[in-house]
Amino acid sequence: MKRIATCFVVLGLTASAAMAEVAPGSIQFEEGAVAQSLTGTSGNPAEGRTIMTTKSVGNCVSCHAATDYADVPFAGEVGPLLDGAGSRWDEAQLRGLVVNPKMTFEGTVMPAFYKVDGFNRPGDAFTGKAAPADLPPLLSAQQVEDVVAYLMTLKDE
Amino acid sequence: MNIKNTLTTKLCTAAVLTAFAVAAPAFADEDAELVINGEIEIVTKTTAPAHLEGHLTEIMSGWRFRSDDTQAMEMDDFDNPGMLGAEEGLAQFDTVMGSEGKACADCHDGVESLASVRPTYPKWNDAKEAVYTIQMQINDCLTERMGAEAEKYDSKKMLNFEAVLASVARGTPMNVAIDGPAQSTWEQGKEMYYTRFGQLDLSCANCHEQNYGNMIRADHLSQGQTNGFPVYRIKDNKLTGAHSRFKGCIRDTRAETFAPGSPEFVALELYVASRGNGLSVEGPSVRN
Ligand code: HEC
Ligand code: HEC
Ligand code: HEC
Repeated sequence: MKRIATCFVVLGLTASAAMAEVAPGSIQFEEGAVAQSLTGTSGNPAEGRTIMTTKSVGNCVSCHAATDYADVPFAGEVGPLLDGAGSRWDEAQLRGLVVNPKMTFEGTVMPAFYKVDGFNRPGDAFTGKAAPADLPPLLSAQQVEDVVAYLMTLKDE
Repeated sequence: MNIKNTLTTKLCTAAVLTAFAVAAPAFADEDAELVINGEIEIVTKTTAPAHLEGHLTEIMSGWRFRSDDTQAMEMDDFDNPGMLGAEEGLAQFDTVMGSEGKACADCHDGVESLASVRPTYPKWNDAKEAVYTIQMQINDCLTERMGAEAEKYDSKKMLNFEAVLASVARGTPMNVAIDGPAQSTWEQGKEMYYTRFGQLDLSCANCHEQNYGNMIRADHLSQGQTNGFPVYRIKDNKLTGAHSRFKGCIRDTRAETFAPGSPEFVALELYVASRGNGLSVEGPSVRN
């Protein structure tokens, strides 16, 4: 009996946490921007920096350099230098850019980091095999918030 | 470095070099010229073929985008590990295979007699009414004329054959036909080239047409040309075929990729080869 009760409590908690998260399919864009936080929990900029500069996670560094992470080797140059991104864009615009930059820059080569459908032959990560039916987004909702929080710190001098 | 300095046309001006130095200093010399063994002149940069109008004005071999050391390895056959594959390919050519007791050399008067193959394939095969790659043709000879088993696509043996066929054609310009009966396959390949794949939603053109010359992390993006195939990849320590390279590039977009030898890759190979019409055959080449 006691065990069952605990189970309910745990389930209840996860359910409410999941409900607070905005699912990839229910994002509201306004001219490319996403005003509402995806989780309601404010992002952690230090976490965001790690996500952006780690190959197996955000890997933004493969295309973008930034003076703030100049210590990370081999920054790419496919995308622009991110210095001053937090001054050029507001938080909602940056969230929109990370969730799906195609809503801001039509036809951009930058991938959408919080999107799970509408792909041509989606794969299961880098295996070359077909994606599972419940393909996860490239970043979790909280990881998107962390990245946005970090981008907001990249102000013009 | 030394070999290179002597063989590079000294005329490439300091001004041009400085322009590139900003983008990728220690990584590559996009203005170097390739001469193999001090005698085979390789065109690694030339005017784009007419069908690329509006897309590219100039085409460049992947060799131009590699580091000085990697570039140097291709300048001398003794330094090019891909030439070992070509040697093995030559030995295979003289070896009896299959139930008919025949070697390739019994019907083909030396590999040199097949020097026109590498620059002109993939090519329409009248009897089979399909665009044929070199490997498809070799498999036909193996199975229909020699009584041998078909080789797996991009197997070591196939790549050795490709390597020797490329080596005897080095310096001749790529010249695949894109009209006539091959045209619809070519169109199919072209459409694929501009199609975005995978969760990263990227097409070949996004990387190799829009961003060649840029660094994507530690990789210096080339135009993704096939004139250098088969390619000896230092990282893998072996020869790689064009289809295996395509497979890897599509996999890296987080996509469900295609198989070497698939009709999709045959079409794509024809189209990509045609983007390099005018560049010299330089295989077996060396890449990282
Ligand atoms: C495949 C390369 C690629 C990757 C990976 C990539 N981007 Fe981008 N990004 C671009 C390009 C290209 C642009 C410029 C938009 C355009 O015109 O297409 C851009 C634009 C941006 C901008 C707006 C530029 C500015 O500062 O004014 C931000 C912010 C940005 N990216 C953040 C990110 C973040 C954060 C990540 C990782 C989660 C990321 N990018 C991953 C290619 C990339
Ligand atoms: C019994 C004779 C015979 C043998 C043995 C043979 N071939 Fe062929 N091969 C031909 C003939 C005939 C053709 C041209 C007609 C065709 O099939 O399209 C040809 C065509 C080719 C072509 C294409 C030539 C072109 O100009 O398009 C290549 C490449 C080739 N063979 C490679 C090989 C290799 C490699 C081997 C050994 C594994 C081999 N052949 C063994 C008879 C042979
Ligand atoms: C995310 C970027 C990206 C995409 C998309 C991509 N490639 Fe590549 N490709 C690379 C990188 C990086 C390399 C290794 C460096 C170089 O040569 O560009 C490479 C290498 C190649 C090479 C070897 C070139 C040589 O000279 O050795 C070929 C051929 C090639 N790609 C073809 C393709 C084709 C065809 C497609 C589309 C199906 C494609 N690539 C899509 C990034 C990409």
